[in-house]
Amino acid sequence: MLNYLGLPAAASSHAGDIDHMLVLVHWLMLVLFVGWGTFFLFVLVRFRRGANPHASYTGAKGKFAKSTEVVVAIVEIILLVGYAIPAWAMRVQTYPAESDAVVIRVTGEQFAWNVHYPGPDGKFGRTSIKLVSADNPLGLDKTDPASKDDITTINQLNIPVDRPILIHLSTKDVIHSFGLYEMRVKQDAIPGMDIPVWFVPTTTTDDMRKKLGKADFDYEITCSQLCGLGHFRMRGFVTVQTQADFDKWLADQEKELRAGN
Amino acid sequence: MDKAATIGAMAPGHAHEHEHEELGFWRTYVFSQDHKVIGIQYTITGLLFLLFGFTLMMIMRWQLAYPMRPIPFVGNWFGAANAPGGVMLPEFYNQLGAMHGTIMVFLGVVPLAVGGFGNFVMPLQIGAPDMAFPKLNMMSYWVYFIGGVAMLTGFVMPGGAAQSGWTSYPPLSDIATTGQTVWLIGMIFLITSSLLGSINFIVTIVQLRAKGLTFMRLPFFVWAQFVTSFLLLLAFPPLEAAGVLQLMDRLAGTSFFLPSGLVVSGRPLLVSGGGSPLLWQHLFWFLAHPEVYVLILPAMGIVAEVIANNTRKPLWGYRAMVYSVAFLGFMSFIVWAHHMFMTGMGTTMAAFFQTTTMIISIPSVVILTALLLSLWGASIRFTTPMLFALAFLPMFGIGGLTGLPLGLAPSDIHLHDTYYVIGHFHYVVAPGTIFALFAGVYYWFPKATGRKMNETLGAIHFWGSFICINFVFMPMFIQGLGGMNRRMYDGGAQYIHNAGLLKWNIVIGFGAWGLGLFQIPFIINFFSSIKGGKRVGDNPWDATTLEWSAPSPPGHGNFLTEPIVYRGPYEYSVPGADKDFTPQFEPDKEKPGQSGVGRGGQN
Repeated sequence: MLNYLGLPAAASSHAGDIDHMLVLVHWLMLVLFVGWGTFFLFVLVRFRRGANPHASYTGAKGKFAKSTEVVVAIVEIILLVGYAIPAWAMRVQTYPAESDAVVIRVTGEQFAWNVHYPGPDGKFGRTSIKLVSADNPLGLDKTDPASKDDITTINQLNIPVDRPILIHLSTKDVIHSFGLYEMRVKQDAIPGMDIPVWFVPTTTTDDMRKKLGKADFDYEITCSQLCGLGHFRMRGFVTVQTQADFDKWLADQEKELRAGN
Repeated sequence: MDKAATIGAMAPGHAHEHEHEELGFWRTYVFSQDHKVIGIQYTITGLLFLLFGFTLMMIMRWQLAYPMRPIPFVGNWFGAANAPGGVMLPEFYNQLGAMHGTIMVFLGVVPLAVGGFGNFVMPLQIGAPDMAFPKLNMMSYWVYFIGGVAMLTGFVMPGGAAQSGWTSYPPLSDIATTGQTVWLIGMIFLITSSLLGSINFIVTIVQLRAKGLTFMRLPFFVWAQFVTSFLLLLAFPPLEAAGVLQLMDRLAGTSFFLPSGLVVSGRPLLVSGGGSPLLWQHLFWFLAHPEVYVLILPAMGIVAEVIANNTRKPLWGYRAMVYSVAFLGFMSFIVWAHHMFMTGMGTTMAAFFQTTTMIISIPSVVILTALLLSLWGASIRFTTPMLFALAFLPMFGIGGLTGLPLGLAPSDIHLHDTYYVIGHFHYVVAPGTIFALFAGVYYWFPKATGRKMNETLGAIHFWGSFICINFVFMPMFIQGLGGMNRRMYDGGAQYIHNAGLLKWNIVIGFGAWGLGLFQIPFIINFFSSIKGGKRVGDNPWDATTLEWSAPSPPGHGNFLTEPIVYRGPYEYSVPGADKDFTPQFEPDKEKPGQSGVGRGGQN
């Protein structure tokens, strides 16, 4: 079934659980639809006026309907208790510890994704809406010592493979939605709220390119909530790297940062 | 007309007023207080809005199928502000999207299903001479009309019509152009109209049923309208309040939905702040989920009537259907936050709303199963209304089933805000509800006009629509599973992961334009049959419910003699009866043991 659903390639540790649920639910849907559909087509032919000129007052007998409903209810309870509720709890209750995870802030705005790394000191610098400008979209306060080593990028999220990634999601203006389809991650960014979202990427961008045989493949950040006239082009990229490559990328960014100052 | 005055005794205050009174043109056809005229006004206005809302979508579908290419034929009509050189701008695309949704739901389907069919059919089916409050009824239509006109004026506002989606989520809607203000004013009128209508429906059904018409003898359509009225009455006020709050955010500088610290286009937004964008979503969906059932219950009601009539047998499980529809109505108030799983919901809340969502699927399954089982042992007449009613079953089935992965939060992570959602609710509303509404138009047209619509044109309309509409909505499931987001101006062409899915936009486009073409036979049929259709008697379908005892068309006051109800609504093919239908309004023949008591729902 999974192959027929045409889902994007899965690239996070929890993607399998979500795909498994999608498969189970679609099996249930298929069985019900084929069952009902077969019955429906049969009665249309069997009980057409030509074949059955006199209708039966009593109609269908037996407990078939009741047993169908009971089976549907039981399957739904299993899906709910066995899969949906625990899988959701995994997403929103068991966050990785900040010390184990790569912690990143992502802030949406019309129409871009601002990515903010705390740098080697592990502390995010102070930000203020009064300092927001074209070359400082996050309003990072350069006088705060914690902000000196902070790295910011636009529409480019670099992350290491096989590490928990903890993203603090927020937005400057309207509601956006942070969608990473291959990671099976989607979370609305709501003004006034800081919403954590986490995942563990399992395949580097390079490995995924090889696996899919597509040299131009990239993980993308999609905006999934209408945010204005540029909603359709509010796209970012995710580069999943080995830890070594990620560390090198961070070091390069730091070098650039110091050169810039 | 005046022959109906004989039953003035049924609703003394009202009927006396009109007895022998000659009404002029305006009071007969325009500012009418007659439920039938108001019903027809609602029906025609609703159908026109459906056509208009669908036309907006046909234009959008060009941009999705062939992004940034000039729109053929009509591209130059929209002006440089919307489509310079005939190429649609993203602002205009968003306007069309928001207005398509708003028009189809609030100006098309609900007015047609409730204001149109409810007004015209329900009083006839319960044997009432009119609605309980005729003036309120008239007011309800005209308030709706003003709301509709207000909505449309959005297109000529500076910056164009509302463009924040039919859901109008703030802060986007709070900072949008003037069109949004007009949208809110329009919504306030539409909601007020629905409230006036719903009170009238409830009182009428409770108070004005004919003698002998107990609740368990009501046609299922009346039950559906009854529950729908409660949904409108109880769910709409929160949105009306929310609409006023958003209007104040926009006009009076309040911040009900605006938190502090917003920066828009690089500048801090000068508002007091402290509000919550999520408050709007709760208020909106507290209405909008029951609203889904406002769209679907009257449709189920119509389908039940048409199926009972064309299977020539009682509905299977009438009582279970009645209990299910009441339970559906109740449950629809406690599922709303399943639209909000992606807003940062914790485990407990998510578990609650997932559970209620799974529970609400059960009564829907019961109703669908009952309708399907009603076909067993039938003698099916494939009339045009029956074709549409039968198609409703699998189409609504697809719509309902595809709701399952959306109602479970983990699978919703992948599908939320993709085309899968669009496919899901359109299967419910378009080949579901709208097909049922077509069934209703063909079925009750003879009652309203005394003439039948043409069956050949009806069959062309049905088969063309049925095939095309599946080309429109089926590919959306493929696109959604592949991760294509909704509300994308270029159809998602920017994204690498959509590359293989774009071809479906062309298929959907041709499906939509074909669907448009196949509405032409309906339009021709509808208008030509008013004067040129085949003349029929009072009961052309050999039906059992009360509306068929009135003349076609019924005069003012509806019935020639006060109707008395002797049995349940669907006594078809009663063993031992001399014909295959035993109407509710026919007294028992003196035949011991054949009193017509049966599973169809006596007493």
